[in-house]
Amino acid sequence: MGEKVFLQGNVALAESAIRAGCKYFFGYPITPSSEVPEYYARKAQEEGLVFVQGETEVACFNMIAGTAATGKRVMTATAGPGFSLGQEAMSYMAAAGLPAVVVEVMRPGPADGEILASQGDYFQAVKGGGHGDYNTLVLAPCSVQEMCELIQDCFELAEKYRNPVILLSDALLAKMRENVELPGRKEQNCDLSWALTGCAGRKHNVMTTCGDGAAQWEKYNLDLQEKFAKIKANEERWENYQTEDADIILVAYGSMARVAMGAMKLAREAGLKVGLVRPISLWPFPVKAFEGLGDKTFLVTELSAGQMVEDVKLTVPHKENVHFYGRLGGFVPSPKEIFEQIKKLGVK
Amino acid sequence: MNQVVINFDLCKECGYCVNFCPKKIIAIGSKINKRGYYPPVIEPMEACIACGTCAKVCPEAAIEVYKDI
Amino acid sequence: MKTIYKRPEVFTDVNTSYCGGCGHGIVNKLIAELIDEMELREKGILVWPIGCSVYADKYYKMDAICALHGRAPALATGIKRSLPDKFVMVYQGDGDMVSEGMAEIMHAAVRAENFSVIFINNAIYGMTGGQMAPTTLLGQVTSTSPYGRAVASSGYPVNMAEIMANMPGVCYSERVTVNTPQRITATKKALKKAFELQFENKGLSFVEVLSPCPTGWGKKPIDAMKMVDEQLIPIYPLGAFKSPEEVPAK
Repeated sequence: MGEKVFLQGNVALAESAIRAGCKYFFGYPITPSSEVPEYYARKAQEEGLVFVQGETEVACFNMIAGTAATGKRVMTATAGPGFSLGQEAMSYMAAAGLPAVVVEVMRPGPADGEILASQGDYFQAVKGGGHGDYNTLVLAPCSVQEMCELIQDCFELAEKYRNPVILLSDALLAKMRENVELPGRKEQNCDLSWALTGCAGRKHNVMTTCGDGAAQWEKYNLDLQEKFAKIKANEERWENYQTEDADIILVAYGSMARVAMGAMKLAREAGLKVGLVRPISLWPFPVKAFEGLGDKTFLVTELSAGQMVEDVKLTVPHKENVHFYGRLGGFVPSPKEIFEQIKKLGVK
Repeated sequence: MNQVVINFDLCKECGYCVNFCPKKIIAIGSKINKRGYYPPVIEPMEACIACGTCAKVCPEAAIEVYKDI
Repeated sequence: MKTIYKRPEVFTDVNTSYCGGCGHGIVNKLIAELIDEMELREKGILVWPIGCSVYADKYYKMDAICALHGRAPALATGIKRSLPDKFVMVYQGDGDMVSEGMAEIMHAAVRAENFSVIFINNAIYGMTGGQMAPTTLLGQVTSTSPYGRAVASSGYPVNMAEIMANMPGVCYSERVTVNTPQRITATKKALKKAFELQFENKGLSFVEVLSPCPTGWGKKPIDAMKMVDEQLIPIYPLGAFKSPEEVPAK
């Protein structure tokens, strides 16, 4: 540790996952995430990994469910269209208690769209694109360094709660190269008595998500809701920048947080008191980040038509003080563009 | 005497044991089980050769067969 | 007294949800016998489908998981790649395997996954109330083919055992049925072969079992067994389409 390497986001993420002890990867190539399976394939022999290129994302999401059911750390990586295909399995893994990690590298949709940066899958990742009452932790880094650290946390959190966890990235974070200090190797350290390993020496384990009448299924759901409530209570993550004296507060995550930081700097230089709330956990949404900020003007900026802005409106005292600016199609606004929007708010 | 033991409440009255018994000594009984089916009876048990066919064809594993040696 | 037949040890006391006379019941029983005889209970994981056998995970004192519809071969891939020394059984019906899960079973065969697959073909969707399956016979009346399956709208029945036999990654493919005591014995032999092959690293072993569906076919159980002879076997012939002797270990 201490040595810095200049690495692409996807590659650094894959290496960090391997160092977290994730030896199993099942994935289907899709831009802009393909470097992750490619890295796993290259390192498989050297690191004793199991890499399978599944036939579809539907299959891959079910393969990671299978390996997770045996208690091993496992991951897939995909982009919007593939993530959509995996939604039934997301619902399944949350219900069955399967701690797999899913890396979603957002690109502009809807449909096939483009292969540039986007944040248009926020609803799908955060509200749950699958059916039924379930939630998954969603962590959103804003740099390659943070991505390396968060992907390791993902495995621990998945095991802590026995729930799938989503690492939400985007094409910019995935493809950019930055200096990183790679995290060290981690060991798995959790109770695995629930796993399917052959029932020698214990009672047999059965995993099923098929209900057996309303009474049983309601109880099952209430237990799940308890799990999600625990995650909500304990796992909010965020970072606030210069919010103490701010009149205008930007809200942005991932790549857009980097742009927002630039805009904030320009604004401060121009004498405007601007701060930034950067959610790191998107689910649970970090409501605590907004506590004590007072009744400010918020400008939410996303690479979408406006998705996280709804959660900001639900969180702050006056939703009419929440404004939005976004770009679609793969355009990433410059800090100057956001600074113009800040000025347009006309807040003195 | 050989013994055929029918698990009364597992039976679903499919009739396979009745149909395949080579000695034709199995018939649908007259007592109803808790699922609403009439499990079979073996009559006369002395004629049973303990071939195990009834147990083999039963979809519920509801029949056990013992040979008197 | 000598025991000729006793209820398998691995079975729980749970009453199955199958209809009276269902072929699933007979096959479930053979699987239980083999688990006892081959001492697989503590060494394996059973992967069940969505279909009539959706609750089968409750019938065995053994690690088990119920997969999403069609996905059992993918789930089993994740399990077997993680635990290659453990016994992994995949069990699917015609809706699960041939419709929803056609990609998953084909690619498990492509990848020559080392698990045993049991396919229950009753030419209908039993659990959901008797709709047409890809394996439904031409002219067969079901709730979604009320005038009989027609080629123009719904194409032809699918012969899975033959398709599997053509895949290099499949080391064994046989079609059997359970409508006579002798055939039940032959089915058990085929299942045993499939279970043993899993540990020879030769790829996927596949047993298709033609099963009577009295409720779906609207017949008494004995008549459903006759229908297997009269209508299913002419389209789905019994026999081994690929033998493991032809296949080298990987």
